[in-house]
Amino acid sequence: MEHSQQWDYVIGLEIHAQLATQSKIFSGAATAYGAEPNTQACAVDLGLPGVLPVLNEQAVTMAVKFGMAIEAEIAPYSVFARKNYFYPDLPKGYQISQYELPVVGKGHLEIEVDGGTKRIGITRAHLEEDAGKSLHESFHGMSGIDLNRAGTPLLEIVSEPDLRSAKEAVAYMRKLHELVRYLGVCDGNMQEGSFRCDANVSVRPGGQKEFGTRVEIKNINSFKFVEKAINHEIERQIELIENGGKVVQETRLYDANKDETRSMRSKEEANDYRYFPDPDLLPVHISEEFKEQIKAQLPELPDAKKSRFKAQYGLDDENAYILTSSRDLADYFEALVRASSCESKLCANWMTGDLMAALNKADLDISTSPMQYERLAGLLIRIDDQTISGKIAKQVFELMWQSGATADAVIAGKGLKQITDTGAIEAIIDKIIAANQDQVEQYRNGKDKVFGFFVGQVMKEMQGKANPAEVNKMLKEKLQ
Amino acid sequence: MILTAEEVKKIAYLARLGIEHQDIESYTQDLSNVLDLMQQMGKTGTEGVLPMAHPMDQVQRLRQDLVTESNGRQNFQAVAPLVEEGLYLVPKVIE
Repeated sequence: MEHSQQWDYVIGLEIHAQLATQSKIFSGAATAYGAEPNTQACAVDLGLPGVLPVLNEQAVTMAVKFGMAIEAEIAPYSVFARKNYFYPDLPKGYQISQYELPVVGKGHLEIEVDGGTKRIGITRAHLEEDAGKSLHESFHGMSGIDLNRAGTPLLEIVSEPDLRSAKEAVAYMRKLHELVRYLGVCDGNMQEGSFRCDANVSVRPGGQKEFGTRVEIKNINSFKFVEKAINHEIERQIELIENGGKVVQETRLYDANKDETRSMRSKEEANDYRYFPDPDLLPVHISEEFKEQIKAQLPELPDAKKSRFKAQYGLDDENAYILTSSRDLADYFEALVRASSCESKLCANWMTGDLMAALNKADLDISTSPMQYERLAGLLIRIDDQTISGKIAKQVFELMWQSGATADAVIAGKGLKQITDTGAIEAIIDKIIAANQDQVEQYRNGKDKVFGFFVGQVMKEMQGKANPAEVNKMLKEKLQ
Repeated sequence: MILTAEEVKKIAYLARLGIEHQDIESYTQDLSNVLDLMQQMGKTGTEGVLPMAHPMDQVQRLRQDLVTESNGRQNFQAVAPLVEEGLYLVPKVIE
């Protein structure tokens, strides 16, 4: 849209990552997704009188792990606080969260934008419990409450207002998503709500130092919607100001169906949360020794892995980027290179080409791939030793994918072995030459292009099984 | 007086406490007295002193990440006013 002046956009994201623990943050109830309503909500989660929350060590470990990965200060001493508000899916009337003293302090993340990198500050990350779920349909005018999710551990990751476009916001969100999955602290499943995002958006005239009034957009749960919701909100604010209006600080809800944001008025009144330290929980102490233990468990992080893949395997930027986009993909690649002993470029191309296309088509990912790395290695070995050509290999891959058989079984069963028997190739070449005297004449008169016709005819006759290099060599000799 | 009657009404609303109109004045007085004391305490020099998060001078014990609770829905829902299909039913609240 055309604007009467230059505008700058200022965006900060708050991301809630559900921590991949077995049990809840303050109780021994299970966190598994998809259980029957209220079968995983115990007395602590229900906020019954007389219960006491006890902090889950794994949740703390995961938060610290994340903090180390973003090179943040890990608080040696952090405190849980009560955030007070009333909503039926929050039975206690407060959410246990962290306020003044979060476990993870200032850190940062590098994102890639327009070919360069940009450092995005992370203000803090704190531990808190999730609320339950309200269902508003089909209960004759009442709301149904499922408290299975109540008490699930969350890490709320708050960025600095360093993002300057919806595109940067998406790049940042993707990078965080990749990081938490690498660390194994969150499964990143956005459909199930394991990774959720709120965005703070404001605009200011180009060059102005002070921030404009910000609006919080809640509930944007896919990468696509983050971009759309932010862009929509930017337009709304600019239009408002250019028409003489003023942006009010408020919370808006993104409606994906209508692609618009709308005000959540009820939230304004409730925005006074009256935080205070939770008397049921003592301060959390994180010792140097505890940190050392966690440091030892840290996996190789995405950026480091990407650099290593380029240096060690000679991969180009694009392949290195794709193959390190998840730990499972990277592990598959390294296992494939080891098992096949083939050139890493061949392995990379087969993974980013045929394998990923087949996975996408079947709506699967690498962790659920029916083509295990051992079987794919078997195929690559047969390309490498010239048992089959690259073209036939695609056919073999297809058959292996459908049948679950090994490459050797498919090649033997379908008779796809490359013909290197020069006698057999020679006989066919002779036959083709005899049948196409006109073309032979043309070739001998200097029309080089006709050569391709002969190669095609021979390959067709041999159902693609001839070694192309051999065919070329012999044809040249015969046509002279 | 530190607080106004309006502020007391707002605090009562945020805490969902119903207070009678004739009691507002005495609440305003009582709560203001508490804040008076806070102000007095605020004058004490506390530079370099870590704010006390808990009166017990101990740190939080952590529990192992194990599922120790089984499904107790039937017992819990036996005392709920209304349930349906495993859900607790409450008056409709919608954003």
